[in-house]
Amino acid sequence: MGYNQDPSVQPDALSGKVTLPASLDDVEMVQAVRTPAAIDYIATPGASLSAYLRGMKQKKILGDVCPVTGQVFVPPRGVSPVSGQRTTEMVEVSDQGYVESFNVTRLPIKSRPDLKPPYVSAWVVPDGSNVGSIALVAGIEPEEVRIGMRVGAVWKPDDELEESAANILHWEPTGEPDVVLDDLRIIGKPGDNQ
Amino acid sequence: MRDIAVVASMQRQEKSIDNESEVEYMVPLMHGVKESIGITQADVGFTCSGSSDFIAGQAFSFVMTVDGANPVPPISESHVEMDGAWALYEAWVKMQTGEIDIALIYGYSKSSGGSLRDVLATQMEPFYVAPLWPDAFAIEALAARQLIESGKVSLEQLAEIASRSRDHAATNPNAVRTTAKSVADIMAEAPLMDPLRPSDIPASADGGCALILAAGDRAKDLCERPAWIRGIDHRTDAHTLGVRDLTTSMSARIAGEKAGVGNDKVDFAELYAPFTTSEFILTEALGLGEDTVINPSGGTLGAHTMMASGLIRIAEAAQRITNGDGDRAVATAGSGPNLQQNLVCVLEGE
Repeated sequence: MGYNQDPSVQPDALSGKVTLPASLDDVEMVQAVRTPAAIDYIATPGASLSAYLRGMKQKKILGDVCPVTGQVFVPPRGVSPVSGQRTTEMVEVSDQGYVESFNVTRLPIKSRPDLKPPYVSAWVVPDGSNVGSIALVAGIEPEEVRIGMRVGAVWKPDDELEESAANILHWEPTGEPDVVLDDLRIIGKPGDNQ
Repeated sequence: MRDIAVVASMQRQEKSIDNESEVEYMVPLMHGVKESIGITQADVGFTCSGSSDFIAGQAFSFVMTVDGANPVPPISESHVEMDGAWALYEAWVKMQTGEIDIALIYGYSKSSGGSLRDVLATQMEPFYVAPLWPDAFAIEALAARQLIESGKVSLEQLAEIASRSRDHAATNPNAVRTTAKSVADIMAEAPLMDPLRPSDIPASADGGCALILAAGDRAKDLCERPAWIRGIDHRTDAHTLGVRDLTTSMSARIAGEKAGVGNDKVDFAELYAPFTTSEFILTEALGLGEDTVINPSGGTLGAHTMMASGLIRIAEAAQRITNGDGDRAVATAGSGPNLQQNLVCVLEGE
């Protein structure tokens, strides 16, 4: 018989042609099923990221140095994303930096009840790093956060430190003068038609 | 059709790679394979990879590994959530357009971080089967039971496949299950998932493979004896297990015919056959005879790195042709439960 391929014809299941046995007459139709899924993993983060996580326990932020360009990448991945080479050297970067970009979130996230809107997620570049990464910025009204604002890491109490990036609770303003971001970095070279 | 050949490959497989991330252990392969034939990423027109977020336990996990492919300045790059053999297929198609001459392919996984038997349940049909979290070995045991009850194969024949694979794997420095075991000893093993015994199941490994494809004269420049891809085809069987005969593989048979497996003698075959039962089914579906050496590397019973095993089959077959061990080989890659998908590749030396 094959499958009915005519979109204007209802499939049998919806056309009333399919009937249930009498024993199922009073049974409530299944409207939906939930099929929860979960898999456990043991993460082995690799040499570079392991060193970074151990550093976090001592309130140190470690980055990889690109063996070709000397650029510093945080968090480290064991390979330079610009040269593709395995990295061999790590350096400590500062727990002070600046906001390169930010976003104010005004809706709650179900999986993070600890985040009370409105809150600020920002792209924070630590001093000594060539790249930023996502971080929370607190201790300031969201309306006052701005690009170039100087921030410092707020760490968990020493006796709560773990091998985890979550040791940095958030970043907050240091009160230093804002960094004047090099316009070239953001909008391209002068003369570029952007 | 444009002539395209495998000109170099490099692999690493270990029982578990504990202190390196995927990108950390793949970079030496991705760079090493290029260095082995004196090319750089600037010579590579297309980079394509195969891996799985479900195995890595991380969304967009492949992006980390792209860092190892010198992506600055930007490169032409793609990824398949499939075995690296399908990345090779994508590159082969792209090369047929004449747009590029050299492609870098890689596939990898580090399955030791999770329970692969459970992770593979996520590839099952999502409404009726996957929520039951069927064990991957149990799913294959269904096929094994059907095969044995149909009289097509005996437990002893399966033990012969397992024993021979161990002997072959002993000659392969990348294999992880290399200890010899007689047919009698395998027959005496207690079933792990009845009727499958420990020697019938894949030798799970962490690792990966990187491989270079080159077209026409470029291939001849880069390799003394390139392994030319004379046929390549990919077919898919039904996803739902209940609607197909698990004792045979229609997808492998059709892919084998389309790739031209039977057009000439086959010196050796590298089959993506995670289980002894899969090897029996594939050998039959591809019409391989007694004169073909099956899995000279030991196959996936010697080392099985998910997402790379199919690509490694092609790499192993190509390397043997380049070495002059034979003139014509078949390599297959597979995906899905019970050999649901099969890619068949015919390689020849000149």
